[in-house]
This record gives sequence, structure tokens and C-alpha cells, in this order.
Amino acid sequence: MNNLNLVLPEIFISLSVMFLLILGVFKKNSSQLTFNLSLVTILVAIILTVNETFSVNRITIFNDSIVIDRMASLMKIITLIGGFLVLGISSNYLKTFKIFKIEYPILILSSVLGMMIMISSNDLMVFYMGLELQSLALYVLATFNRDQLKSSEAGLKYFVLSALSSGLLLYGCSLIYGFSGSTNFDVIANQLTSNEYALTFGIVFILVGLAFKISAVPFHMWAPDVYEGSPTTVTLFFTMVPKIAALTVFIRFLYVPFLNLIDQWQMIIVFLSIASMIFGAIAAIGQTNIKRLVAYSSIGHIGYTLAGLATGSNDGIQSSIIYISIYVLMNLALFSCLLMLKRNDQYYEDIDDLSGLSKNHPLLSLSLLIILFSLAGIPPLAGFFAKFYVFKAVIEQSMYFLAIVGLLSTVIAAFYYLRIIKIIYFDKEKEKYDSDHGLWLKFSLTFSTILILLYFIFPSQLIEVVSRIIII
Amino acid sequence: MNFPILSSLILLPIVGALFLFFTKDKDGNNLTAKYVALFTTIVNFFISIYLWISFDQTTSSFQFVEERIWIKDFINYKVGVDGISILFILLTTFITPLCVVSVNNTVKNRLRDFLIAILIMESFMIGVFCALDLVVFYLFFEAGLIPMFLIIGIWGGPKRVYSAFKFFLYTLLGSVLMLVAIISIYWISGTTDVIALYELGIDAKYQNLLWLAFFSSFAVKTPMWPVHTWLPDAHVEAPTAGSVLLAAILLKMAGYGFIRFSLGLFPVASEVFTPLVYTLSVIAIVFTSFIALMQEDMKKLIAYSSVAHMGFVTLGIFTLQQQGIEGSIIQMLSHGLVSAALFLCVGVVYDRMHSRLIKSYGGIVTIIPKYSILFMLFTLAALGLPGTFGFIGEFLILMGVFKDNFLVAVIASFGVILGAAYMLWLYKRVVFGKLVNEDLKKMVDLNRSEYLILTCLAVPTLFFGFYPEPLFNTIEVSVSDLINMHNLNIASK
Repeated sequence: MNNLNLVLPEIFISLSVMFLLILGVFKKNSSQLTFNLSLVTILVAIILTVNETFSVNRITIFNDSIVIDRMASLMKIITLIGGFLVLGISSNYLKTFKIFKIEYPILILSSVLGMMIMISSNDLMVFYMGLELQSLALYVLATFNRDQLKSSEAGLKYFVLSALSSGLLLYGCSLIYGFSGSTNFDVIANQLTSNEYALTFGIVFILVGLAFKISAVPFHMWAPDVYEGSPTTVTLFFTMVPKIAALTVFIRFLYVPFLNLIDQWQMIIVFLSIASMIFGAIAAIGQTNIKRLVAYSSIGHIGYTLAGLATGSNDGIQSSIIYISIYVLMNLALFSCLLMLKRNDQYYEDIDDLSGLSKNHPLLSLSLLIILFSLAGIPPLAGFFAKFYVFKAVIEQSMYFLAIVGLLSTVIAAFYYLRIIKIIYFDKEKEKYDSDHGLWLKFSLTFSTILILLYFIFPSQLIEVVSRIIII
Repeated sequence: MNFPILSSLILLPIVGALFLFFTKDKDGNNLTAKYVALFTTIVNFFISIYLWISFDQTTSSFQFVEERIWIKDFINYKVGVDGISILFILLTTFITPLCVVSVNNTVKNRLRDFLIAILIMESFMIGVFCALDLVVFYLFFEAGLIPMFLIIGIWGGPKRVYSAFKFFLYTLLGSVLMLVAIISIYWISGTTDVIALYELGIDAKYQNLLWLAFFSSFAVKTPMWPVHTWLPDAHVEAPTAGSVLLAAILLKMAGYGFIRFSLGLFPVASEVFTPLVYTLSVIAIVFTSFIALMQEDMKKLIAYSSVAHMGFVTLGIFTLQQQGIEGSIIQMLSHGLVSAALFLCVGVVYDRMHSRLIKSYGGIVTIIPKYSILFMLFTLAALGLPGTFGFIGEFLILMGVFKDNFLVAVIASFGVILGAAYMLWLYKRVVFGKLVNEDLKKMVDLNRSEYLILTCLAVPTLFFGFYPEPLFNTIEVSVSDLINMHNLNIASK
């Protein structure tokens, strides 16, 4: 048991969750305290992760069911930072709606814990446990504004569809177990000698379940409704953090046990990727609510991430990881702007509410301009480089069709980003919004926008970190 | 390593823009902003003059080369100039201060932001002309869309939203295929460094597709028929300074790209696709000249004439002969000056009468004589009268084409006649004739800044019309080496 220090972050978070629960029950009016303690918890977990695991190349522990490698540490750190910032940003929003309760930080913590387990899983059972832990927390988070009809609807929808996908996933797991005799990824990889059809079925079921979690077309139906109905901070959480974990599992699942069956799953991923890119681009055009639009745009972005995965090469995996990291950054920036659209304790989320924003709020509009052009993938902003790496990996494998479809869909997608910019810059102005934003919001917006804008000066740093991730 | 003169050319406008960003935005006459922008652009112009003076004209190799590791083991930031690109840099740094001066009369609101956009645009354009790495080139090429989109969209005319979107999406659509091609080149040849690629050459079996991908981008940007439709819209709606930048410099990026990349990197494919380019160019020359004849809007007429002139440019480039390519470069430079001047001329009367329709003018020669004289000069330069800058380019291109293909040359010469027709007819209807409107009598002649801008453009138009020698000296060696390299490549394949 001398390897316990490798899972110290997870252990620390789970102990903190239990402690915070007890604290919340026994101490009255402890919301602010739990909030702050949760932030500290995540901070400590980040430090622990960096300290204990960052230099580890690859170690499996607990009877090979948990793996700690470079990908796991990096993704965990991104997850934790994401959770940290979301939690920080949330407090003002929750206070406005009078739902500033102890459950919120605890649920965020437990879902982050679930994701960390998912990221490290090297076994179907462990993976499923982590998945369910994060999903259960997310169901509740989606309904967190329970007095609002839409929020409850979002939670219920998410629960029903997510449970269905979990069922499919579990069915796939059992098929794979039945035909390979193990749930451990490494063992499965070694025993895959025969080309059983049932095994392919198993892979397909699991892919469906995972595609659902990252909302890839055609398993995306829940995303717009859930994103729209959930409280905005929760939507932010949805668009950022669970995707990182699901993507990691996606990579690990496809590339560790089933790399030899690449012929079987490559076409599926290519299809998911193309469908997501095109659908995300076209469906977003007609949206009027920003959160719904973000839902569709995130579907599109998942498509690009999957394009990197479809290549079957290390470069592809690395480009996907770079893409999702930059995407998370852009989303953080976008939602920080969205949370600034507040007037008299009411938040505005329609695209028309942005009308003429540049007259009254020049700095906020400038940030939005940078973020939206970056999301559209226009150089020299970070979003361009994300796409550039993905397509570099795709073209390396001579998958020209995928590359050209992907790039053409960026042109379609550029249209709806331009439409928002048009509304901000070219249209008539409306009333002013409040300008006294919390420190968290200001910090996350400035931080992320500057990173997006100046990424092109130091592009090598991120690549260097990611290029140490070698799965195959 | 010497002083990084090219990087400072690229960076200086951005520094100026940053400086402006932190000044206070006052409504109305924002003198500080104007002076800062003017100072930055003029300093940039002097730096580029210095660049030209210290440029060694006897060699075709790239000079002032700077190379820095940018993305490790993948892309290097590499810039440099040769005889072809240095003149475009000069053109850019010459036109931009004039744009800055011209905002005096045209841009009313958010002047500071407008100047920031112009400055950022300048630095991207200089970047395009001196980039020596395909990815760096693409970056500058595409990044220019952002400020131009905003210039058209925020400060444009009534249909500005439509035009801005059309401009952006057309160009983006063309460019994404170029991105695919650039990445493919990286995987085929292992580098995106232009100098290295010139030496390595690209396998002939890939060249056709790659050429087409680059062509899709440059053809939209040039613009060639039939993807030229964004240009009239963009020109008509853009504010005067925006139109000037668009006509004078943005269109030249594509012509420059044809010479530097299409000819330089894909010699075999360039040979293969010459008939395609000839056909499209000839159609552009004749077809858009006819369209220009029928225009009622002055800006639209000049926009269509730009398409026709750029048709000559593409024609000249793909003659693959010394005279043709030199003519094309000269034609691009002269068109840069002349079209800029013509858009400014339209801007002058528009500011006074708020109409761009030809029929609302007439007989203004006695009311604003100074304007009429300068407008005459630029009209004549646009139709290629000997003794003006416009003549030299057109003449050389036609000479080149006559050597290569007689029929094409005859049709293209017909385009010259049409060009004379629509320009003179425009001038006649606007300046001569009866006074159509009593309000025209209230027009005042050129004010100081307008006079200054138009004279600044008139001097080189006449000077290089009579004495183009310095320009030829600069480009000659580079062009002849380009053609030699081209012929060598063809011979070895």
C-alpha cells in the first residue's frame, strides 16, 4: 500500500466531502464557510496532484485498476482548475437567485471526484463507478434552481436520458467482459485474439454511452435543453469539466484495450465527428438564446475533438487534448462574459440582449470579440491553433475528407459567431448593464481572454506538456 | 544578427494601436488619436524607405531575413524580403498614412477605434508581404479579416452588415482549403519554410491539387471572375479609408501570393492551369468592364474596374515571362495608387453631397476646379494613358501576353478600350456637362488634407509614369531568377 500517495488527491477530496457534509448539517448558516472550504479543498487537491503524480510516467495500482500516467495527471489538473474557477464564479450568481446553499460546493466536489476516478480508471468497473458518481452529482446540479420550471425540466431530462445511456454502457461492459474474460483494460488488450462480432457490439454500446456523455451527434438531444434550463454556472460546469473526463475515458478506452480493432471503431468516430461538426454548425444558426447556442457550438467543438481521436495516432490524441484544453479556456471566457450581463438582479441570456453592447461596455465587448473570433477559429487567436493541430494530425493520416469537411464546417460556424459580433458591434445599443462584477468573474475573464489573445506568442509551452503524453 | 527591421515594421503599428487603446476615447475631433496614428504610420513609412535604400538590388536572395523558433520542431517565425515583396511593403506603408489623414472628413464616430483597426490592419498586411513561412503567411493573411470585417461593419454604409458578412465568409471559405494545402505540404516535404521549399521542390504528382487549393484562396481575394461578387459590395459599403485599404493593398495580397507561392512552389501545376487562369482573367477583363459601363454608383464602377485591372494582373503573372510578371507587379503598384486615389476622389464628393450616384452630379468643373484636375489625372492613369503609372504595367502585360497567346492578347486589348470608355464616360458625366442640381453650387473645393492626400498620390503616379526605372531595378533580378527557377523545374520534370 505504499502507492497510496498517488491517489492522495482523490482521498483528500472524498474525506473533505464527508467532512463538509457533516459540517453543513451541524452548523447553521455555514454556506459561505463550506464554499470557502471547498475552494481550499480543490486548491490543495491541485497542489497534491502536481506534487505526487506529475512526474510519474505510468504506474498502475490497486490490482491494475487505477492508472496514473501523464495524461491522467494533466487532465486531472485541468478538471480541478476548471472546477475551482466555476465554483469561484458561482457564488454571486447563486446569491442572486437565493440558492446559495451548502449542497452546491459539495456536489461540485463529488462530481469532480467522480471525474478524477474516471480519468484514472484502467478497469471497466472503476470507470463505471466514477461515471455514476459524477452523473448523480450532475443530475442534482442541473435542477439546483428547483423553483424554476426549466431547471427541474433540465434535470429530469438529463436524468432520464443519461440513465438510459448508462444502461447501454453497462450492457456494453458486460458484453466485453463476457468475451474477453476481464474488465481490466490491459488484460482485455492482451486477450483480444479473436474478432468476435459480439465484442464489436460491446464497443459500439460503450461508444454510444460515451458519445452521449460528451454530447456528440446523434446522441446530443439532451444538451440544448439541459444547457438552457440549468443555472448558468452549472451550464458552464457542464460545458467544461465533464467533457474533459469523458474525453480521457474515450481515449483510454479506444486506445488501450481496443487499439487492434481500430478498423472496427474508426469509422464510427469519423462519423460522430463529421455529424457533430456539421450539425453543430448548422443548428446553431437559428438560436436566439445564448446558452442554447453554446450547446450547439459545443457539439461542433466536440466534433473537432473527435476528429483528432479518429486518426489513431499519438499526434491525434495530443491534438485532441490540446483542443479540449483551449476549448475549455474559451468557454470559461465566454460564460464569464455571459454572467456579466446582469441588470437589477436579473441575468440576461438572449442574443438580442447583447445588442449594441460595444457602446456602453467597450472592454466587455472587446473580450467577447476576441473570444468569438477565437471560437470561430480565426488566426492568430488560440482557437485557430487548436483547430490547426487537429487538422495537422488528421491530414498526417491522409484523412483529407474529414479535414475538408471539418474546415468547411468552420466556415458555416463562423457565420453564427459573426452574427453575435454583428449584434454587439453593429446594432443599436440597449440599456446599460451593471458594471460591479465580483472579483472572481473579472479575474477569470481577464485571465482567459489574455491567454486566448496571446497564446500565439508562446504556443510551444502547451505542446511541450502535451507531447509527453504517449498512449500508443 | 542585425537589427530586426522587418519585425519592427510589423510590430510598430501594433504598438501604436496599443498606445491608442489606452488613450481616452472622446467623441468628435480626437486630435491625440489622429496624431499618434499618423506619427506611427509615417515612422513606419520612413523605416520602409530606409529598407528600400539599403536593399541590395543585385541579388535575388532574400534579405533582412529573421528566423526564430516559434513552435518547436514545426514552425519557425521567418520573415524576409526580396525584390518582389519590398515594393508591396512600401506601398502598404505609403497608403496607410494617407488613410489616417483621410479620416478627417469621413469617419465621424468612434474615431479612436477606427484608427486602431487601421493600424492593426497595416501590421497584418506588412506581415503578409514579408512572411517566409507558409503558416506565418496564412496567419497574417487570415488575421486581416478581423479588422476589415469591423471596418466595413461598424463604419460602413446602410447595407454594411450584408457586405461585411459576404466579405468575411467568401474569403474564409477560400482560405480554409489553402490551410489544408499548407498542412499537406508540411507532411509531403517536412517543412513549411518557403526558401527551403524553393530548393526542395514539391513532388509533381501532388502539385495540381495543392495549386488548386491555393488558387481557391487567391482567386477569391484577387478577386477573379466568378468569385468577385463580394468586392463591389464591400467597396460600396466600406468607409472611404476602408475602400482604399481594400483596393490598394488587400487585393494585392492575392497577386503577390500567386507570384510567390503558386509560381514558386508549383511550377508544373502553374503550367498546367495557365489556360484556366487565362480564361478567367479574360472573362474578368471583358465582362466586368461591360458591367462597369452600366453602373450608376461611382464606387461600384471603380470596384468593377478593379476586378478588370486585377484580371490584367493575373493574366500577366501566368504568362510566366519576364515582361508579363514585371508588368503585373507594376500594374499592382499603379493600381494600388490609382484606385486608392479614385476612391478618395469619390469620397470627396460624397462627403459634400452624400450621394454616390453618377446622375446626381454634372458640371462641377467650374465649381471645384482643383478637384476636377486631380480627378482627371487619376482617371487617365486608370485607363492607362502613356505618361502615367497605369500605362507601364498594362503595356508590359500585353507585350508578355502577345508573345504567349495572340488571341488572348487581342481580347485583353479590347478590355483596355472598354476601360478607357467607362472611365472617360464616368468623368464626363460627373465633371462636365450641365449643372444638374443647384445644390452642387454650394460645394467647396478640396480642403487642405484632401489636397495633401491627392497630391501625395498624384506625384508618384506621374513620376513613375515617366521614370519607372527604380522600380524595375528593384524587381528585375528577383523576377528573372524566379523565371529561371521555374524553367529549370519544368525542364527537370
